[in-house]
Amino acid sequence: MSFITRGFSGRSRERDERLPPGQTLVHDFPVLSAGPTPDIDTADWEFTIRTESGSQSWNWDEFMALEIDEVSTDIHCVTHWSKLGTSWRGVSIDTLFEHVETGYDYVMAHSYGGYTTNVPLDELRGGKAWVAFEFDGEPLEPEHGGPARLLVPHLYFWKSAKWVRGLEMMPTDEPGFWEQNGYHLHGDPWKEERYW
Amino acid sequence: MEHVDGNALAGPLAEFFSFDVTMAVAKCEGCGSIAELARAMVYASDAGTVVRCGSCGQVLMTLVESEDRAWIRFTGMGAIEVARTSAAG
Ligand SMILES: [Zn+2]
Repeated sequence: MSFITRGFSGRSRERDERLPPGQTLVHDFPVLSAGPTPDIDTADWEFTIRTESGSQSWNWDEFMALEIDEVSTDIHCVTHWSKLGTSWRGVSIDTLFEHVETGYDYVMAHSYGGYTTNVPLDELRGGKAWVAFEFDGEPLEPEHGGPARLLVPHLYFWKSAKWVRGLEMMPTDEPGFWEQNGYHLHGDPWKEERYW
Repeated sequence: MEHVDGNALAGPLAEFFSFDVTMAVAKCEGCGSIAELARAMVYASDAGTVVRCGSCGQVLMTLVESEDRAWIRFTGMGAIEVARTSAAG
């Protein structure tokens, strides 16, 4: 078999080249959480980027007025499932950083509920990451991180912090929540960077 | 005072790590409440297990398991109190 058509869902003896090593295709959307699902009204929602020199914040209406991207991408969870061709809408991190200047190279994403995860800035910029608020044409459900979550599809999905409320710039790479507790500092699914 | 290496922990920690973890008592470093771990809130998923204080919700400990390794971290608790299993000592 020399090609696989979009939407192909039958079984094939040939491994789908879009699946990183150790991953299995799923069609549902498993929920993984480290705590209770926060209930955040968009009227109370705020997104803040903190740098060495100050901070920039957007409320929900201001955020919705930014340039919005349609994103179609594969996602890969460290618990061995992948979903192919998922569709999202969100604001690119590039768009947010048009309003922010920083000399720091590392980012800690912070979420409502206290979750954190670390990502180098150059892995969030260049069309690689978004703050997403729609999945599959619907507002992002709270259990999947709504009203908004980080979307960093080229890294394992624990980096795509649910209920994201801001980014904190850091001079060095510091581990976030799962990264302090056994997971890999970086998390590239193609290199199977799952654990320490 | 002279020190010895970590092999000396085998004796004292063998007793410690044989306790029934749900009966252990820990103090939450967030709100200060002292409670049996059995009263904590456990959020278990394939990603890992997160144990939160039953009073304030702060993370007390985490457990991550891969196929061949496991990681445990006592994030938000102070000293852990366990019942002695032997009268000796
Ligand atoms: Zn507490």
